[in-house]
Amino acid sequence: MTAASPTGGVYQSLMHWWQAHGLPGWIFDGIWMVVMAAVVTVVILLSVLFLVWLERKISGDIQSRVGPNRVGGRFGLLQTAADALKLLMKEDIIPAGADKIVFVLAPFLVFVPTLMVFLVVPFSDRWLVADLNIGLLFVVAVSAFPVIGLFMAGWASNNKYAMLGAMRAVAQSMSYEIPLILAMVCVAVAAGSLKIGDIVSAQEHGRWFILRFPLQLAFVLYFITSMAEVNRVPFDLPEAESELVAGYHVEYTGMRFALFFLAEFGHLFFVAAFCATLFLGAWHGPVLPPVAWFIIKTYAMILAIMWIRWTVPRLRIDQIMGFAWKLLIPAALVTVLLTGLMSVL
Amino acid sequence: MSIGLTPTEHVVLNMGPQHPSTHGVLRLKLTLDGEVILGCDPVIGYLHRGMEKIAENRTYAQFLPYTDRIDYLSSASNNEAFVLAVERLAGIEVPERAQYLRVILLELNRIASHLVFVATFANDLAATTAFLYAFREREVIMDLFEMWTGARLTQSWIRIGGVGSDLPDGFERKAHEFCRMLGPRLDEYDGLLTGNAIFRLRTEGVGVLPPELGIDWACSGPTLRGSGVAFDLRRAEPYEVYEKLGFEVVTDAACDCMGRYRVRMEEMRQSVRIIEQCLDHLPQGEVQAKVPRALRPPAGEAYGRVESPRGEFGCYIVSDGGTSPLRLRLRTPSFFHMAALPQILRGWKIGDVIAILGSIDIVLGEMDR
Repeated sequence: MTAASPTGGVYQSLMHWWQAHGLPGWIFDGIWMVVMAAVVTVVILLSVLFLVWLERKISGDIQSRVGPNRVGGRFGLLQTAADALKLLMKEDIIPAGADKIVFVLAPFLVFVPTLMVFLVVPFSDRWLVADLNIGLLFVVAVSAFPVIGLFMAGWASNNKYAMLGAMRAVAQSMSYEIPLILAMVCVAVAAGSLKIGDIVSAQEHGRWFILRFPLQLAFVLYFITSMAEVNRVPFDLPEAESELVAGYHVEYTGMRFALFFLAEFGHLFFVAAFCATLFLGAWHGPVLPPVAWFIIKTYAMILAIMWIRWTVPRLRIDQIMGFAWKLLIPAALVTVLLTGLMSVL
Repeated sequence: MSIGLTPTEHVVLNMGPQHPSTHGVLRLKLTLDGEVILGCDPVIGYLHRGMEKIAENRTYAQFLPYTDRIDYLSSASNNEAFVLAVERLAGIEVPERAQYLRVILLELNRIASHLVFVATFANDLAATTAFLYAFREREVIMDLFEMWTGARLTQSWIRIGGVGSDLPDGFERKAHEFCRMLGPRLDEYDGLLTGNAIFRLRTEGVGVLPPELGIDWACSGPTLRGSGVAFDLRRAEPYEVYEKLGFEVVTDAACDCMGRYRVRMEEMRQSVRIIEQCLDHLPQGEVQAKVPRALRPPAGEAYGRVESPRGEFGCYIVSDGGTSPLRLRLRTPSFFHMAALPQILRGWKIGDVIAILGSIDIVLGEMDR
């Protein structure tokens, strides 16, 4: 917890109260961490449920149909909650030929890192759970985790479609992580720090990174690769419903399936939020409170990603890989070079 | 041993019979090296209902509704092929107005079927929005059918000797409205799909069917015309009033998925032309010839073939003078296209299987009969 966080004051006073009763501080720290983790998880899960609803409404709008309109009033606001409830009550099936331990473990390995990355998302000037001095590195490291979970899921399912999906997932996220990281490197170079707080404060007074010369390129790179990272059309090959049925999670049912699903939307929320952080000046903005600005920017990115998803078809695996290796990575290297030059000059 | 020579295991992947993109209950046994297709062995027959045998135990009029269910996306074409054969066998003259009405029904059905093609093809390539757009337009046709025939999918409205009924009041106005509406909507698809860079990447040069191969494997319809062969039964062997109507036989020299797609898109525009001509020149008169209640065609044989949305749909009937056919044989285009599929799949990737399979536009009910 940083002192700047809104919960800082609460933490201080509760800690005083705790120690006044002669109890050791480290126990309180432990409880506090668990409570905060629970709060963050709940907030993120709620926003993910909202995102699922939003996506269904938006796709409905794009496809000239209504979308959910029964559960929870005429806008179907409780539709995803009802769906989640349904999934919770579904039978949990583990296929006979599956590798049980790996099969059970995989959804968590995908889901947990998706929550962890939110540690370094600066929702407002006073609301950043942990401003690590290696914030950017932390994001890169943690968001590389889910692919292991995806591969475990594909492998443990003992299903050819799942295996093909897992192979695609690994190949794709490995390839797209490189330009993604290089795009982040550009931001780090421009800000002169890996710390999220520094990156945000470098964009004060409307000096958003997206407005600085070589960083527009980095923004484009980040946007494309992050779409690939969250496996959305045109990059949804690991799932590819019409080809691989559901890809790596084809054998998953009930809440285990829901974990993959929620992780995907959680990740979507994260890449959009992080895009706002790195390029769109995070919570900086006039008149409105910082949180509002941050949410507006994040949702603008989310809407753009959704819009693309419901407009274009899917690429083929070799086209995807060729795109990453032949175009994005060279372009990213050039952008890094340009950014370096600009910051030296 | 170098890495390049390390033997890799080939995987046999059963695509279907329960798979979102096999358009029904088709099973493709794919031999894969990674994602690359080494071989394809289609397993068909999951939707076999013994149509030909059923015909031997039904009267001619009774079998008509069965034909609707052969190719359920273009039931009018099936009716037409069967009815043509029966009428040739029994020597029945169909009134001219009925012939025009049949063409209207056939062409509306063709548009509906091609719209389903566009929809499923786009959906297979993950362009879900185009799927719903095409179904939105198809809905208008279904409403037109419902207004005229009372049924939306399996109308059985082309009857032996005529059609089920004359047009209801207001049908012509609504049909004209639809014809005016469809063109701009197709332009919208062009914007969303045809010109889309990703769509072109996925379809251009993919699944090449050389014209010779197409002819050798008895392909027909848009699948063959997409390879540049101008063979259309509406021109090659006109039935009903097609020879009086102005339309172009659409071909595309591309021979790939894109070519087959473009042929169907353009055919819809041509069908609109045909429908408008029919509506404008609709003659007055009867819509049903006098046909005996218990039809007993003289002994002999007859073949009726029509250009269904999928290709040449034929119905061959042998009669011994009884009330039901001695033997009835159905020539269904998807069956032949499926036979050609393994030839064009080899070397492509799993994602392409879906595109190529979608582009030959099969209907399992028609393939398995």
